[in-house]
Amino acid sequence: MSVTVRIPTILRTYTGGQAEVNAEGATLGEVIEDLEKNHTGIAARVLDDQGKLRRFVNVYVNDDDVRFEQGLGTATPDGAGVSIIPAVAGG
Amino acid sequence: MAAQTVASTTDSAAGTSVDLGPAAALSCRECGHRVPLGSVFACEECFGPLEIAYDFSAYDTEELRKRIEAGPANIWRYAPLLPVPADVATKPNINPGWTKLVQADNLARELGVDAGKLFVKDDSGNPTHSFKDRVVAQAIEAARAFGFTTLSCSSTGNLAGAVGAAAARAGFRSCVFIPHDLEQGKVVMAAVYGGDLVGIEGNYDDVNRFCSELIGDPAGEGWGFVNVNLRPYYAEGSKTLAYEICEQLGWRLPDQIVVPIASGSQLTKIDKGLQELIKLGLVEDKPYRIFGAQAEGCSPVSTAYKAGHDVVRPQKPNTIAKSLAIGNPADGPYVLDIARRTGGAVEDVTDEQVVDAIKLLARTEGIFAETAGGVTVGVTRKLVESGALDPSLTTVVLNTGDGLKTLDAVAGTGMTATIRPSLDSFREAGLA
Repeated sequence: MSVTVRIPTILRTYTGGQAEVNAEGATLGEVIEDLEKNHTGIAARVLDDQGKLRRFVNVYVNDDDVRFEQGLGTATPDGAGVSIIPAVAGG
Repeated sequence: MAAQTVASTTDSAAGTSVDLGPAAALSCRECGHRVPLGSVFACEECFGPLEIAYDFSAYDTEELRKRIEAGPANIWRYAPLLPVPADVATKPNINPGWTKLVQADNLARELGVDAGKLFVKDDSGNPTHSFKDRVVAQAIEAARAFGFTTLSCSSTGNLAGAVGAAAARAGFRSCVFIPHDLEQGKVVMAAVYGGDLVGIEGNYDDVNRFCSELIGDPAGEGWGFVNVNLRPYYAEGSKTLAYEICEQLGWRLPDQIVVPIASGSQLTKIDKGLQELIKLGLVEDKPYRIFGAQAEGCSPVSTAYKAGHDVVRPQKPNTIAKSLAIGNPADGPYVLDIARRTGGAVEDVTDEQVVDAIKLLARTEGIFAETAGGVTVGVTRKLVESGALDPSLTTVVLNTGDGLKTLDAVAGTGMTATIRPSLDSFREAGLA
């Protein structure tokens, strides 16, 4: 499954400044693994020491917050858009 | 007068020198990573929230107290404790704050709180009738320092009005985003200032997500989003609620405070403000409890609190308290930490209880609160009944906005009678 991943400004040092990159994977967890292969270091920014999503990271697959879905097990269908967004906004 | 320590720091993004008074750096609340002052809001190491680290080392306690007391009757009396330049009071801004702390004896009697112990901090008295003027006033100064010319935000309504007004006065363009189905009063109060007001088809969390994506896109380049890329500065405005409450109590800490929770930022900054006053010696150190208040229809923090969790599971909001309808609260985990550390609690009330509490506050104290004020008063009642809140201790309840903004909530309230213009008709109506 090929998906498009929107990268927040604070992670663009890992993507050579690109705001969007492509990645492969049938689930969000696989997509992050694939991101790591091409952009070394990015997974450790998004995941904590236990391999879970950091608590101040929001990830959306298309329009769905993965915390309402299956977290890292959320399916990422072919052509899906994945957005990684800092959670410390708003209020 | 105490010499003010002024940190002149380079904004790495803009390459310019900024003067934001005692603000020395940005520090990650999670991992402590420090970066220079700039228009960034999330830690590059762990995504944690960045907040202002200060240098207060030059202050003498009594000189600082005199300086504050001699200051203007607005939040700028606390300029030495805020991320603003020393001459902030001379710049065009909306100058909010120094709102009334009302001793609420009639309400106390109804709630079963001891006489002289209950106070309402009534922030409906701010320029755009909500506490949001406090935070926007800070953001305006940061926007000026970093060279932004357009101000923006995601808003549940009150913030949109505060940004519109402050932008108009300070000479910024504004373009703000709100859920499309907000209360009419809030829409009008945000639109009247002449900036762009954009309704988003979705709830607040959708609006917030949109703004977070816009900020990383060329379309949003050069924009200062008060509650996103200016959030570290903006959030500090809520500290002034803590400063004012203590000064108005005669430089004393309250024993208990009941604070509404939307993102949770206000509650965490009230705690920060109280801690600063203790460290500076401006108040005597003693225990205090902070209670958080939510509406049942959007209660992710109180749900986590009651379940004993330290993470907050997002919810889809469904409540009349729209100014608190943030289903994914950014500072929720910190609210849990503070409520537990101080011996407080987080509680919620139904929409019906919110409406009852709005009417109770109005008929006992002559204060017409918006729904968020109904939430705090309703939760206070519940906390007294459960024994979680001690009725013999000094307690401050926050009203963060004006009831005129949420008239729909009390729409059934109306005339007692309609009569002919005659004395007979008046007598017949039984009103004599």
